[in-house]
Amino acid sequence: MSFAETLQLYFSRSFVWNALIVGTLVSLCSSLLGVTLVLKRLSFIGDGLSHVAFGAMAIASVMKLTDDMPLTLAVTILCAVLLLGMGRRTKISGDAAVAMISVGALAVGYLLMNLFSKSANLSGDVCATLFGSTSILTLTESKVWMSVVLSAAVILVFVLFYNKIFALTFDEEFAEATGVRAGLYNLATAAVIAVIIVLAMNLVGSLLISALVIFPALSAMRVFKSFRSVTVCAAVVSVLCTVLGILISILKGTPVGSTIVAVDIAAFALFAIAGKLNGGFGK
Amino acid sequence: MAQLTCRDLCLGYDGREIVHQLNFAVNPGDYLAVLGENGAGKSTLMRTILGLRPPMSGEILYGDGVSRSTIGYLPQQTVVQKDFPASVREIVLSGFEGQSGLRPFRTREQKKTAERVMDRVGLGELKTRCYRELSGGQQQRVLLARALCAAGNLLLLDEPATGLDPRITAELYDLIGGLNAGGTTVMMITHDVSAAVRYASHVLHVGPEWYFGTPAGYLASEIGRPFAERLLKENPTGREGSL
Repeated sequence: MSFAETLQLYFSRSFVWNALIVGTLVSLCSSLLGVTLVLKRLSFIGDGLSHVAFGAMAIASVMKLTDDMPLTLAVTILCAVLLLGMGRRTKISGDAAVAMISVGALAVGYLLMNLFSKSANLSGDVCATLFGSTSILTLTESKVWMSVVLSAAVILVFVLFYNKIFALTFDEEFAEATGVRAGLYNLATAAVIAVIIVLAMNLVGSLLISALVIFPALSAMRVFKSFRSVTVCAAVVSVLCTVLGILISILKGTPVGSTIVAVDIAAFALFAIAGKLNGGFGK
Repeated sequence: MAQLTCRDLCLGYDGREIVHQLNFAVNPGDYLAVLGENGAGKSTLMRTILGLRPPMSGEILYGDGVSRSTIGYLPQQTVVQKDFPASVREIVLSGFEGQSGLRPFRTREQKKTAERVMDRVGLGELKTRCYRELSGGQQQRVLLARALCAAGNLLLLDEPATGLDPRITAELYDLIGGLNAGGTTVMMITHDVSAAVRYASHVLHVGPEWYFGTPAGYLASEIGRPFAERLLKENPTGREGSL
């Protein structure tokens, strides 16, 4: 069978289309918020929250919920709000709080799965949740719809509040002084990040989500010099890398999540070189 | 009617008072220089006026078309901004965000005002340039333009000349003086006593003992004279960055 025929065969299956649709949307959402997170020095929030999502998923599977997404979403949003929203008022400093919650959730999640799971292939399940493996290719109809609706909501929020997001990212204090309700928007950002994390878990697994958030933003920042061009470039790079990663993994049988991240790393390397050679362009 | 009135204002951190019962008023067209030792409460005063922190006691009254959210503010630069990918125009336009409410996009009028403001502060050629590639003086002009977009007619400047060389500092002071001559009220924190005396109509010295009045009266006062003499001796060129 030739290369084209193989591809044609796969494209006749609905699960490949599902994977590509969800992958495109999730990578688009994560890259949009990624620019803000990287610039606000919050890259690690994504990592921390993804571990929380893992813990929540473990609880959901212990409780034998047929659909684990609502519970995971609720718990992750709650933690995001706690970490980002209350961050200023707590005694424990930001990065320590993130580290504490993230490793805590990881440990408790694995413990719960070990104690209560009846699954014959426990380590396979855990590995799937952590690294994504094949879950993007085995999406149920309801999960696909939920991903589409949530992604659309995230993109809509981003477009409507783009100017506010820029103002708050560049200078939160100035924005607040001129009457932007910074606290409220930070809470909203936290909730949106949590939604993205939960969505991205299906795609790359909880350990690799950060890569989806930070690599496209960092790549775009090597070359572009305005907020708008960086955002657009990050979105395009992220979607292309994800689609390419999914296709490669289907053809070569490699794990989906790590293949996507590998493509993201390669893209970053290219952009870094381009940035060095060019001194940057695209004002 | 005063644009800004502070009445018996007490400032401090963690229950410890650093400024006691401050009283002063800023009228339309005033140029108020805020002087004082490091840590005396100058920035705290400014943050309190902007509503970023509550006063320990006393009150701040806004009047004559000024409200908390229509004060143009030029903060000290943050680390985040040093390598921020943003064009000059994007940053200047972000000054309107406070007035925009929930409206997601800029109005045509806001865009026009931004263009006019950028021309006025001498950014005409640099509108599409990347902020992080500008010189220190140019970056301050960008932040000044953003403050002008946010301002009704009162500007609060927090040590705008920090880290700039004397020539650029002088240019910046001239620019701010020109804005003031055009009717904008200016309140500026500075370490530069000579500039304060030259440009300002009023001086506020913040500290355990405070002074408010004219520059000439300040230099003759018990608080002002020793402070000014020491600063001028340490720093005869009036360059803020060396302090």
